[in-house]
Amino acid sequence: MTETRIVTKRLRDRPDDSWTIDGALASGAYEQLRAVLAKGDTADVQEQVKLSGLRGRGGAGFPTAQKWSFLPPDSFPRYLVVNADEGEPSTFKDRMLLERDPHQLVEGIAISSYSVKCNVAYVYVRGEFALGYERLARAIDDARAKGFLGRDILGSGFDCDIVVHRGAGAYICGEETALLESLEGSQGMPRIRPPFPAIEGLYAKPTVVNNVETLSTVPHIVRMGGEEYAKLGVNRSTGTRIFSVSGHVNQPGNYEVELGMTFRDLLYGLAGGVRENRKIKFFIPGGASSQWLTGSDEHLDAPLDMDFVQQTFGVMLGSGAIMVYDETVDPVLIAWRLAKFFAHESCGKCTPCREGTGWIEKVLYRMSHGLGRPADLDLLVDVGGNISPGVVNAPFVQTTICPLGPSAVSCIASLNKFFRDEVLERLRNDAGAHA
Amino acid sequence: MTTAEPQAQKTTVTVTVDGVTFEAQPGELVIKAAQEHGVYIPRFCWHERMEPVGMCRMCLVEIEGGRGYPPACTTPVADGMVVHTQTDAVKQIQDGVLEFLLINHPLDCPVCDRGGECPLQDQTLAFGPGESRFVEEKRHFPKPIPLSELVLLDRERCIQCARCIRFADEIAGDVLIDFVDRGDRMQVLNFEEQPFDSYFSGNTVQICPVGALTASQYRFRARPWDLSTVETSCTTCSMHCRGAVQSSSNRLVRLLAVDSEPVNHGWLCDKGRYGLEWVHSEHRLIEPQVRDGGVWSEVSWPDALDRAADAIETAKELHGADAIAVLGGARGTNEDAYVWSVLAKGVIGTDNVDAQLGDGLPAEFVLGMERAEIADLDRARAIVVLDHDLRDEVPVLFLRLRRAVLELGVPLVDLAPAAHGLSAHAAVIARTVPGEPLAANVHDEISRACEGRQGRVVVVVGRGNLAAAADSIVGAAAELARVHDVRFLSALRRGNVHGALDAGLAPGFLPGRTTLDAGRAWFTDQWGGVPAERGLDAEGILRAAADGKIRVLVLVGADPVSDFPDATLARRAIDAVDTIIAVDGFESESTKRAEVFLPCTLWGEKAGTVTNLEGRVQRVGRKVAPEGTAMDDWRIAAELALRLGRDLDLATVDEVTDEIARVAPAFAGVTSELVKSARDGAVLPVAGHLDEIVLRTGELSIMADDGSGTSWDPIKVHGEAPEEPADESEVTAHVDAPALHVWDRRAPQPEAPARDAYALRLVVGRALYDDGRLVSETPLLQRLVRDPDLRVHPSDLARIGVDSGGQVKVTSTRGSQVVAVRADAGVPAGIACMDFSADALGAALLVDAGQPVVDLRVESLR
Repeated sequence: MTETRIVTKRLRDRPDDSWTIDGALASGAYEQLRAVLAKGDTADVQEQVKLSGLRGRGGAGFPTAQKWSFLPPDSFPRYLVVNADEGEPSTFKDRMLLERDPHQLVEGIAISSYSVKCNVAYVYVRGEFALGYERLARAIDDARAKGFLGRDILGSGFDCDIVVHRGAGAYICGEETALLESLEGSQGMPRIRPPFPAIEGLYAKPTVVNNVETLSTVPHIVRMGGEEYAKLGVNRSTGTRIFSVSGHVNQPGNYEVELGMTFRDLLYGLAGGVRENRKIKFFIPGGASSQWLTGSDEHLDAPLDMDFVQQTFGVMLGSGAIMVYDETVDPVLIAWRLAKFFAHESCGKCTPCREGTGWIEKVLYRMSHGLGRPADLDLLVDVGGNISPGVVNAPFVQTTICPLGPSAVSCIASLNKFFRDEVLERLRNDAGAHA
Repeated sequence: MTTAEPQAQKTTVTVTVDGVTFEAQPGELVIKAAQEHGVYIPRFCWHERMEPVGMCRMCLVEIEGGRGYPPACTTPVADGMVVHTQTDAVKQIQDGVLEFLLINHPLDCPVCDRGGECPLQDQTLAFGPGESRFVEEKRHFPKPIPLSELVLLDRERCIQCARCIRFADEIAGDVLIDFVDRGDRMQVLNFEEQPFDSYFSGNTVQICPVGALTASQYRFRARPWDLSTVETSCTTCSMHCRGAVQSSSNRLVRLLAVDSEPVNHGWLCDKGRYGLEWVHSEHRLIEPQVRDGGVWSEVSWPDALDRAADAIETAKELHGADAIAVLGGARGTNEDAYVWSVLAKGVIGTDNVDAQLGDGLPAEFVLGMERAEIADLDRARAIVVLDHDLRDEVPVLFLRLRRAVLELGVPLVDLAPAAHGLSAHAAVIARTVPGEPLAANVHDEISRACEGRQGRVVVVVGRGNLAAAADSIVGAAAELARVHDVRFLSALRRGNVHGALDAGLAPGFLPGRTTLDAGRAWFTDQWGGVPAERGLDAEGILRAAADGKIRVLVLVGADPVSDFPDATLARRAIDAVDTIIAVDGFESESTKRAEVFLPCTLWGEKAGTVTNLEGRVQRVGRKVAPEGTAMDDWRIAAELALRLGRDLDLATVDEVTDEIARVAPAFAGVTSELVKSARDGAVLPVAGHLDEIVLRTGELSIMADDGSGTSWDPIKVHGEAPEEPADESEVTAHVDAPALHVWDRRAPQPEAPARDAYALRLVVGRALYDDGRLVSETPLLQRLVRDPDLRVHPSDLARIGVDSGGQVKVTSTRGSQVVAVRADAGVPAGIACMDFSADALGAALLVDAGQPVVDLRVESLR
């Protein structure tokens, strides 16, 4: 099993200077920008991105070209906002791209801005990413000094600059409309849609919000051509994705693989299998918001195909973060820890999430600390259903404004689906112990 | 053929909600359209006067063909839309949201002010779960904490709907409270060391859908089911916001705002809302008194009235009717003012009558200017503010102005002498210098601001500066009227000053906006006589009194010593008058020397009509029985008339209203019947405003019709347009009645004395919390009175050589005093601003009514 390194190629090939302007230029950075500007065809970039089948790498997997196409044609100014607020627990791919290949992102931003006719792009960087912020800021300065940003880029007449904004530690600001609120200086709380950001986004202007990995891929699509890129991957999951593998694997880390590879090949072939040769009890395939899969053959042999896993198992590949838990792990404790995260990060704007995540956390705390009651699991499922009716799988049906609330319900749905008997047994025992 | 109307001409959209199909306006929100057609969708955060936020999730519905469950409060109607609000899924969501709201709610309903009128209670009953499944520890906070002197916050009860935060931001522009923290720790708070000091804070208590915000004034004072309610108008200022006043055990305990589209949009200022206690003050004088040998003694009403009538009769016999003057009348009802007008002008025969106390504008202008209505602000071409700070003078008018400018985009032209709450949003700022004409380029600037806009320019005109003669305001108004197509909206602030002026309580005028000369024949016919010549205004009366020419001064709720801008003149006048007859609720500086004191009823104790600043006649309600034997002002006047030999034959307040409608030209058609049946009252003269009249279809109800909502929803009185417009002849004055006075736009040219480079020109404005009786006898509001200070531009501060906060000695032609000085960049250089106050440090001792302006010499005390 091998990785297919496209967006991670430079940073893997040049571990010592991939983030510097010299290292980047020595390995082909900004050549695609130069080519695009020389060609002068904004529609062509969009066409190539459309042909590539590129889908957003932030979590929702929305087709990128389609997102761009929602911008009203005659409304200016418009903005490109880069979501670098990577906060989904166990996801650490954008951090790597920021820290170790910022020029790739800058080039992607410049090309994409050119394509969507925007002159100012904003990068919202997670506040904790100190090194990533420094290197990105430096990269922007260096790129500007070399004429890859700023006025009249490479003599093309195209102006584009990038503003970097640091977040202040709220997970919710990774949600695109909360991000926009935060960028505007307000509390990070999601907006009601419609209006969608493409119509009324940053400063009430048409806005595209794209993930770091998504935009980092754009120069390669330009280089390869959309059709060529689309040959990678499987079905509607084209190209490669970086998976952040963590937990009880022997070699945790970021792996860029062609979509369509199986979980087994990723977890055992690349990530070195489970520690001490234990079995996988369950794993979270797409970040903390996703429902879980188990160590069964059916699940391990499933392909990394966004639509397949969603339609077959009701889980999502989400942000590409895979957390692996071996058979020694108490799933209730994991559920509690996840619930605690969402309760802590709920912004408080809408009722079901504000109150519901806190309630779920309290119940799971009791359950995971020997104070559960037999009715608790069904209570959780019912309460979860009031946040995400039917506790259905991604895409969420929700009573909340944004998907944070339903994300907190994923662990409950998974507990109930895979470990119901185990949990009920334990709740009965706990209740008996306290009777 | 008329049968085939083309589809394109349809301006409405067809919507079906729960099987009810109706036509709605495009863009209207589902929640509102449904409610107007009988389907109530439960909600907490939505308020129809504010932008929807979709936070509480109580109003989620299903829409056929749509995904998920959109909030009805953020979803506009669309043609063919089919909405379901009662499906199992929607009911489950409602049940779930209520359960979520209740898990951390303390359920301390038995000790909560909201208990019994609480949307959370009511909606839980109607839509919520029957039992609690929450066994965890609830969220705890210390409770309550004060957000200000007036508003307390119980964070445990809060359901985070942000109504209060949104009100403070969107409506009042006082961004003093916001959410702190997040998730289930999220709470409303004021900023550190900065209380929620907004003039409008009480509105947040009224619109809070739970008992999280409580009013220190009302807290624990009553249970809602023990209150009885009467619809009324607040007469604290001249806006006349619609309200519902409530009492318990014959004490006024609460005033709630009623949503009136033409007037207050459901808002009140805190002074109006919380200014109730003064009515029941222990300092109230509630029995008639006379002074014998310098000693007050309570006497019977007949004795007191006889004594007053004797004094008047004697003075008239010895010195003529001109030796008698009447000041005041702006505090009561139209009926009070009218009967006092009859007494003074028709019975006594003096025209030395003035309801304004030198702090208004000439009656010739106010009664004759071409008027705008409040709602005209919303559709104005531009709004010109020819006043000072409306937020302090007529607070809810400030809210209407703010909405017109910020929400509806009407350009604002700010001609105030110093910056105020709306200056930041002005399209044009041209500061007027007291005593000087408008800047030469003002008209070009106004024209530029108006560019591309339709409609008329509305000039909001008031007496923003008590230290400058009214001439300069009238002059500026005349100039504006010559150059632009303008309508005027008066911002004179006294409670019922417009009603009093309309009733003829001004020199040279008779009731119904007609002049003494024009109305002489008609009123002689109606009343049996009117004064021979135009009399004196308040300043003239006080000068004449100081010169010994006024023998009997009747003060009808007036206190010139504390309230006339030039306190020195007022004091000299009061000291020189032989006999003062006081009609009041309290003893004042001016009535201390009175010979007869006749206690009158106050707001809340009397019924009748009042006229607001746009000329809208509305009802005030009587909620409590008067204290002691206090009598309505009009009845006192009628009793005095009887003793002076004239039986006015007026038995009830409705008879007075009807007499006004019959004899006063501008009031033609404004019968007691009309005022009772017109939901929003009637704008004078009614003939020109017939199409605006809305007939009420029900009485005021604080509980919503379906029992599912309560007072936290905008309280409304339902109404409908009359099927047939009233017959024009019923509302047109009798053919013999005199014509209405028209202002001839003659502009008095202000004399502009050159400004001394070392002097600061004084601007004296009114603070909302002034030293009037309502504030001084309401301890809660008394605490909010600002310390008087002198506000000057920082550069002047440097020139004077004093730091902000330091003491300076200020000297005018009237004398000197020491005041604190404060730097204020909103005050132009060369100007000094001060709040009006009659106390030792106040501006009243600096103002010289004989001068066109007041220039101050300011010296550092170092």
